[in-house]
Amino acid sequence: MAKIIGGITSSHIPAVGNAISQGLTQEPYWKRFFDGYEPAKTWLQQAKPDVVIVVYNDHGLNFFLDKVPTFALGCADIYENADEGWGLKPTAPFTGDAQLSWHIAQSLVEQEFDICTCQEMKVDHGFVNPIRALYGDHEQWPVKAIPLAVNTVQHPVPSAARCLKLGRALGKALESYPEDTRVVILGTGGLSHQLQGERAGIIDVEFDLECMDKIATEPEWMTQFSNAEIIRRAGSEGIETIMWLVMRGALKDDAAVLHKHYHAPISNTGAGVLVLDNQ
Amino acid sequence: MNWQKQDYDDIPGTYVFDGQRAHPAYAINKLLYTFNDEACRAEFDADPAAYCDKMGVTGDFKKAVLAQDFLGLLRMGANIYFLAKMCIPRGVSVQDAGAAFQGISTEEFQQRLLDKGNGLSDILAKRGDYWNG
Repeated sequence: MAKIIGGITSSHIPAVGNAISQGLTQEPYWKRFFDGYEPAKTWLQQAKPDVVIVVYNDHGLNFFLDKVPTFALGCADIYENADEGWGLKPTAPFTGDAQLSWHIAQSLVEQEFDICTCQEMKVDHGFVNPIRALYGDHEQWPVKAIPLAVNTVQHPVPSAARCLKLGRALGKALESYPEDTRVVILGTGGLSHQLQGERAGIIDVEFDLECMDKIATEPEWMTQFSNAEIIRRAGSEGIETIMWLVMRGALKDDAAVLHKHYHAPISNTGAGVLVLDNQ
Repeated sequence: MNWQKQDYDDIPGTYVFDGQRAHPAYAINKLLYTFNDEACRAEFDADPAAYCDKMGVTGDFKKAVLAQDFLGLLRMGANIYFLAKMCIPRGVSVQDAGAAFQGISTEEFQQRLLDKGNGLSDILAKRGDYWNG
């Protein structure tokens, strides 16, 4: 049977990709941010997942605004990164697990999450950068990867409560997969940041830390907030934090918290890493 | 018909990208989306006005594109992630744009960001269960 061995959260800031490409990870600005990933990297090396499911939002690479699925799942054998117009160097393509994806899609629809299935799906920095931060760069990635995209770009955006429920349905889907597949779920994006408007540049350290603490041990706490309330505290782009709840919902309520790392600012953002062991 | 009021409308300095913004700004966002393609970026650079015409970007939207008025574009409904596809290849970073939105220099904007991290190590030490370098 498939087994969810754990969950990790990571911000997916574009500048992180450039820092890795340009070999800047030990420069003073970046060092503390990247050093905080080391325990997560060590845990992944020991846990050896076969597949990572990456919960992220597309920022206008795969999805234009002509069609914006609220939840979309990659159901392909391969996922390519590509030019996003931001000067990020495209990475090697990622190998998927189409059979697992289609099983997840079927189970989610049976559980009334009517997810959009994608047989072609370009993956942007939101998907790529957390994998690069956790695994380093590779021509052949050492793990299979499945993209699960959540619309956090064009409102209406799903609520924190809905994301937590999707995670629980994802957990059930994986538990019912007959193959012996070891899965880690990455919840990406956030934490507080706002790129746009006169309020650009806000970071709320206290709110970020409270979100990290509660998502780790009491994720229902996040569901008290409307999206407007999250935007008010965490910024218009900070709404991405709801995607951490998809990861968290898929894990056991009492999953062990192995590592918590927070850094601010990195680029425009408060950035957090959680490692949760589900075994 | 009026657009329905939203509970985020009163957040200052914030232009939540919803139907009210996406609907009138569809053409400009479509133009910005084409900048994923290097050939389209080059075509735009060669003659921005002609590229706007080709993509159906007219009126105030076209004026704002030609003036590189990023805040104006945002207010009219350009999405920040799509707008970044125009800014970044022109040497305008997201932080430069953030500074421009506030009418301050990029250095001031960056300093304000750095100030958000003041005392972080002490805050994390008090909480006790965070990795702290």
